[in-house]
Amino acid sequence: MSEEFKVEIVNPEKSFLVKDDVSEVVVPAFEGEMGILKDHISIISFLKPGIIKILSKSGDENYYVEDGIVEFKNNNLSILTSTIFNLADMDKSKQQDLLKQAEEEANKTDINDQSKYLADQKVEVLKTLN
Amino acid sequence: MASLDDLKKRIASVKSTQKITKAMKMVAAAKLRRAQESAEKGRPYSEKMNNVILNLSNGISDKENAPKLLSGTGQEKTYLCVVMTSDRGLCGGFNSNIIKKAKSYFAKILDEGKELKIITVGSKGNDQLKRVYGDKIIENISFKESKNANYFDADKVGKMVIEKFEAGEFDVCTIFYNQFKNVITQIPQAQQIIPLNNEGEENSSEESYEFEPDEDEILSNLLPKNISTQIFKAMLENSASEQGSRMSAMDNATRNAGEMVDKLTIEYNRSRQAAITKELIEIISGAESL
Repeated sequence: MSEEFKVEIVNPEKSFLVKDDVSEVVVPAFEGEMGILKDHISIISFLKPGIIKILSKSGDENYYVEDGIVEFKNNNLSILTSTIFNLADMDKSKQQDLLKQAEEEANKTDINDQSKYLADQKVEVLKTLN
Repeated sequence: MASLDDLKKRIASVKSTQKITKAMKMVAAAKLRRAQESAEKGRPYSEKMNNVILNLSNGISDKENAPKLLSGTGQEKTYLCVVMTSDRGLCGGFNSNIIKKAKSYFAKILDEGKELKIITVGSKGNDQLKRVYGDKIIENISFKESKNANYFDADKVGKMVIEKFEAGEFDVCTIFYNQFKNVITQIPQAQQIIPLNNEGEENSSEESYEFEPDEDEILSNLLPKNISTQIFKAMLENSASEQGSRMSAMDNATRNAGEMVDKLTIEYNRSRQAAITKELIEIISGAESL
């Protein structure tokens, strides 16, 4: 029996990625990183800014996401996100841009605790990339 | 009867109109392909989003305290209608169809003695509605400067709607747009987004989910996103419909112009011949009288 399952990442514009030979996915869930293997219980959770790691036979891939929802059901993992970048395609200047945006957001004073927390997370994650 | 010169001018003018409509048709056809593609690509996201919310709302334990975006405010006094139209004309019945649908809905609401508020997206809708419902329009948004429908714009509209909802400005929100079926058919749609209307599509998946964090928190995060997503979907469908509608309208215009040119050419030739015959008769009868 294979230990693989299907992952699908969609953003509002299109279906971003479909892969069906995935052995493990690590997602930055809201309450901490979460690794998902085959036959995981059905789960719905949402994401905080972070890195999605997709481990498969054909190679590992890393994506940076800012928000989203994950749904796992019947060995189908759906990730809905509005902002996603493949780390392999992301160059230094793009990173810097995002970091600058996130820092600006984090330094705003008129935002509530939750958005402040999310912005801080963004900054943290982007800094570790550099 | 018009003189030969007049006819010639008319033929030339119809021909140049035909050229314009033909060019517009080509442009619309090219844009349509792109818009249709992005409308189709955008569908999985909104479908998945709907699914997740459906599963969530089925699994929610405490229906009484469900987020207001899902269950409504408990009263139905003020209706907010978001009417989404295009910024440009010359696209057949595209805008009028939406407006017609919206107007009949407005009339129903006002008949029931309820309060009506309108947000128009796209300047054409605003132009048509402001004559009758000018005092009801609270906001007018147009994305003239963005070339294609993008999520960022939709999000702006969505956030505005939610802000107004949280401020208690309305109880029920409906969006109006054209759903793209094919080039000739676009179906005007009225979709209620607040409170979320899930009746009728209850799929009884009894599977229990694990939630992290709990349902309420996920739902209250998800529902605002869903609103932006639905608006974005409407925008994508609308832009595909607009191009489709424009394409068939311009196709018709081109054909009609062709028919008109044919008719005018026949008339031109006839009167030219009549003029020649008249001249000949004059010359012959002049010669005979000598």
